[in-house]
Amino acid sequence: MPFTWLVLILLAIATIGFILGRRRALNSAGGDRRELHSLPVYYGANVAMWAIVPAATVLIIWMLAQPFFVNSRVLATLPDAMVSEGSSIGLVMSDVRRVADGLDVAVQLGAMSRAEAASISTETSDVRERLGEVGVALGSAVSPEVLSGAQRYRTLNAAGSLLMTVLVLLIALGGAAYAYSKSTANFRARNNVERGILALLIAAASVAILTTIGILFALLFNTIEFFKLYPAADFFFGTNWAPSFSGRGGSSDLGVLPLLWGTFYISFIALLVAVPIGLFSAIYLSEYAGPKVRSVAKPLIEILAGIPTIVYGLFALLTVGPLLVSMFGKDTLGWMQGGTAVMTAGLVMGIMLIPFVSSLSDDIINAVPQAMRDGSYGLGATKSETIRQVIIPAALPGIVGAILLAASRAIGETMIVVLGAGAAARLSLNPFDAMTTITAKIVSQLTGDADFASPEALVAFALGMTLFVLTLGLNVFALYIVRKYREQYD
Amino acid sequence: MTDTIMIPAADGPKKSSLLVQDARTRKRNAAETRFRIYGMAAIGVGLLFLVFLFTSILRSGLPAFTQTVVEIEFTLTQEQFDTAETKMLKTGEYQNIFVSALTEQLDASGLKVDFDNKAIERIVGKPGGTIRSFFLENPDRIGTPASFELAASSRVDGYLNGRVTRDTLVDSRFLMATDLDLVDALEDAGIIKGAFNWNFVTGKDSGVDNPGGAGLGASVIGSFFMMLVVLFLSLPIGVAASIYLEEFAPKNRWTDLIEVNISNLAAVPSIVFGILGLAVFIQFAGFPQSAPLVGGLVLTLMTLPTIIISTRASLAAVPPSIRDAALGVGASKMQSVFHHVLPLAMPGILTGTIIGLAQALGETAPLLLIGMVGFVAREYPETFVGGFTDANSAMPAQIYTWASRADPGFYEKAWGGIIILLLFLITMNAIAVLLRRRFERRW
Repeated sequence: MPFTWLVLILLAIATIGFILGRRRALNSAGGDRRELHSLPVYYGANVAMWAIVPAATVLIIWMLAQPFFVNSRVLATLPDAMVSEGSSIGLVMSDVRRVADGLDVAVQLGAMSRAEAASISTETSDVRERLGEVGVALGSAVSPEVLSGAQRYRTLNAAGSLLMTVLVLLIALGGAAYAYSKSTANFRARNNVERGILALLIAAASVAILTTIGILFALLFNTIEFFKLYPAADFFFGTNWAPSFSGRGGSSDLGVLPLLWGTFYISFIALLVAVPIGLFSAIYLSEYAGPKVRSVAKPLIEILAGIPTIVYGLFALLTVGPLLVSMFGKDTLGWMQGGTAVMTAGLVMGIMLIPFVSSLSDDIINAVPQAMRDGSYGLGATKSETIRQVIIPAALPGIVGAILLAASRAIGETMIVVLGAGAAARLSLNPFDAMTTITAKIVSQLTGDADFASPEALVAFALGMTLFVLTLGLNVFALYIVRKYREQYD
Repeated sequence: MTDTIMIPAADGPKKSSLLVQDARTRKRNAAETRFRIYGMAAIGVGLLFLVFLFTSILRSGLPAFTQTVVEIEFTLTQEQFDTAETKMLKTGEYQNIFVSALTEQLDASGLKVDFDNKAIERIVGKPGGTIRSFFLENPDRIGTPASFELAASSRVDGYLNGRVTRDTLVDSRFLMATDLDLVDALEDAGIIKGAFNWNFVTGKDSGVDNPGGAGLGASVIGSFFMMLVVLFLSLPIGVAASIYLEEFAPKNRWTDLIEVNISNLAAVPSIVFGILGLAVFIQFAGFPQSAPLVGGLVLTLMTLPTIIISTRASLAAVPPSIRDAALGVGASKMQSVFHHVLPLAMPGILTGTIIGLAQALGETAPLLLIGMVGFVAREYPETFVGGFTDANSAMPAQIYTWASRADPGFYEKAWGGIIILLLFLITMNAIAVLLRRRFERRW
């Protein structure tokens, strides 16, 4: 465990630095802490900070960069013919890595000496068999090129790790020594430490931005890759979704329109369930219900929001689906072929969205100024007339915002549609047909055994991009509406 | 200027009385009542869905916690043991001993049923192996009465639970209709009975064809390690980010950008985080597939916005007078925040964190993409580090795996898994509520 040791040594340097720095500062003030600029702790903390932060930064960057460097160097030594004849660079490299890992295991178990692992060749011994003895199963016999690549991979990695360890320790010691030399009575230690802490806080806040960048890059690069293999126009305007199962591409139809249709249809039904129920609940809770009813009913309805989506998915698949079949299935009306259908998923998703619509609308209705109600009552309107003709129109932008947020939730929902909506992509108007959605297809394309570089797998990223843009657009629009409305009454 | 008010002519509204409602008032009042009933109906429907959901969870899930076992006690003599060990088919011989013990007990209870070895195999599998290994390990038990509890097959389980009935049973190599007579007799004799299924709570996942032996234990461990990652990453990062945004951030474009990002990330579909995890952590950084570490990282990124939003709310709830007082006695801004504001906001922060963790615990979609589904969690992690890096499943992923298997016996397990998952969530939320009640401070 060299990495764990490295971290432990770093921590040890920081601890020792802390104690020494604190002592040196105190000594320089003649043992009287009133003579120091900052509290003694800050001098120690300053040394510890200088020991850890630069070294850890280098460590992390090195660990991220080393695999790329090693990969490219190893790849350069492999003959070009291998890469072109064997399907892809990734496959050859994973072979190399597997052999290298196997050699590592063999050395660790003592089945091979270090020198032997570095010098073993396919001419003198059967590498596959030797590795099989220590429990490393290889799919095929090891070719000499792969073996030499693996050996090179091991030496490069070993050299890289050694260099990294030395460099990191030097930086840690250097940083600690620098900060130690500064630890005198007049040094503004607190200000320095606080600046460091502030930098850490900023870094933590930037994780949100990094996440967004990560999402964008993950989606964008793979989407571009996908559009190189599959024409964008066919993707956006194709009305047929039929990926080939071989995973080798060629004859797949990957049109997004049936998936979009399924997504919108299911979301529409979900909103058809959730909006009336949610809105009326919100109106009742905020305008009619007494405090007692409110304190019981509101949390109970919000339980629906806390239930994991897998529960709803199972509920759709095993309870609602069969129930609908018994009502609309072959024996009665004959509209429904199987339990998984747009209706099943839409209904259950609607239940999930009720608390979402109701609590958002509740907030918005409560934000309508009391004066408007009083004015309406004063003119002789009944409560329901006030609600319909004064409160709802006043709260409308906010309610529309809430519905849009609920719609974006519905579009991005995965588990309910994976389990409840079926797998067949089709453009149909019958709500009792099985259809499928963008999210469900992302799951099925990425969890299958398709080759990762094939259009069948890459299409999931294009679908993800579509989903991301769609939900982001809805959210931004909804938040804009809600915010604009709020300003009106504040 | 004088305003003249036109008094409507006599053919306007009829003379009305306060004591008698006219038609229009009645109509308006009826509309009022109707509207009110709509509201009540909406609440009622919402609550009805809740009740329906929970009854169907409980009704379908509770049977997963009981397991039908065949309990039998018999004595194996040294002679029988020696004979059996010399035989070619050793386990077969033990099975014969088992069957004769069974017949004896049935006779003792005065029940007479004809059955053959095959029927026994369909009901309890092949008991010979279990019995033989028991006596090989405990040779001292030979000659003394030993009691065996053998798990009945999932069809028998289903028959006693009411999932399989005589009418719906199709004869197959798994169970024949004639076997049910034997099962009834065994039940009357008290040999077959229900027991609490500990294996379901603590055990590992079984293969695709053995719903009876499936357990959630291994994936609970997987979820536990994932939650450790989420807790130890999202709490410090979330709190640090919130402190910066709430206490230090100047109003500029960078902070605006961070704020917009956080509110948008909170609304990004969870599946997109799964894509991020797959592309960045597994493909790009080369982390192992199906590892709780990767799952934890993805869920951390997903929960961060929730934690940041609730932490900022609790920081903002600490009154400015606290900060002013600290600054007034000479603390630096950083000291006032870390020594005074943060400790006062801690209960609120912890409440928000627990709620965020509960959300992360139930999340499934991102886990599908990083390979925690379809993986059979047969093993517990061996070491602590292995808990993070060894392939494992997680509770919701395990439930999904069961739900998508062909054998309907797994559906019951999936429902049972949901009960366990919900128990965890209820406990976490209860802790959060208690924390809030106990430490909430009104300024």
